[in-house]
Amino acid sequence: MISPAPLTAGLPWTPAVRMGLSIAVAVGLYGISFGALAVAAGLSVGQAVALSALMFTGGSQFAFIGVLSGGGSLAAATTAASLLGVRNAVYGVQVNTLLRPRRTLRPLQAHLTIDESTATALAQADTAEQRRGFWAAGLGVWTLWNLFTLLGALAGERLGDPAAWGLDGAAVAAFLGLLWPRLATRDAHAIAIAAAFVTLVAVPFVPAGIPIIVAAVVSGAMALAQHRRDA
Amino acid sequence: MTDLWLWVLAACGIAYVTKLAGYLVPESLLDRPWVGTVSAGLTVGLLTSLVVANTFVSGSAVIVDARVAALVAAAVALWLRAPYLVVVLVGAAAAALARIAGL
Repeated sequence: MISPAPLTAGLPWTPAVRMGLSIAVAVGLYGISFGALAVAAGLSVGQAVALSALMFTGGSQFAFIGVLSGGGSLAAATTAASLLGVRNAVYGVQVNTLLRPRRTLRPLQAHLTIDESTATALAQADTAEQRRGFWAAGLGVWTLWNLFTLLGALAGERLGDPAAWGLDGAAVAAFLGLLWPRLATRDAHAIAIAAAFVTLVAVPFVPAGIPIIVAAVVSGAMALAQHRRDA
Repeated sequence: MTDLWLWVLAACGIAYVTKLAGYLVPESLLDRPWVGTVSAGLTVGLLTSLVVANTFVSGSAVIVDARVAALVAAAVALWLRAPYLVVVLVGAAAAALARIAGL
């Protein structure tokens, strides 16, 4: 077995750590596409890396640059990114309940609370493994995501016309890839169809970037109605 | 500092405060079933809207161009359970090829 990377110093080589690091490699790599798309959307290399280091939640980062590249305002981009980040608050509650972190550790742990670290923690059976899984995935994804964002942004600067390389197609695929695993239920399908419809209908009538906010309002209302129906 | 930097940092700040809220806000406030349902629904709706806008929208017009090829190719790749990075590359290749083909 190859010895664990330096970032896992102090973490024993357990199944949770292996799972966390495998996820980190897979997810970290697509930081390349984020970096390249961010530069194509008009961000500098520094701004692309700032989003990966400080926002550190892939869906919101892609939303931010996705709205900008569609001609939307910075306010619309920020709103879309912030709404997509709401699920991280729910993850925070789950992770906090599960791992009971020390008070001093919470600010750092909160920053690393994303899809991947939460999923890795939840997949483990005992508390010690849940902790190791969370930190291995959280620190691993953060390190690789930032490294590959930088590489992608530097490469993006040299690409020239993004459309000639199919980068706009890469953005479509990136969003579809994030959406796909969340379409497991009939209720999710209904929300997706409504959101798609609302977006297309709104586009000719409101400024760029606003259709996504309209879709968010409609899907939030639909989810609430679905919840009331089942309650 | 430019506007773009200010908004980037503001968006990062909002994202962090949202994450922190999960740890600091009393559990009883956030740990309600409807909060989870609505946040999951919001995520699906926002991502769908981003897929649609990035595929069919140009400015304030709804159009069909090479990006549709990316959407179809990415869906096939996902259906075949390809890894995420492969899906993204397939999407890029499909759009580039469709553009060469004149779509």
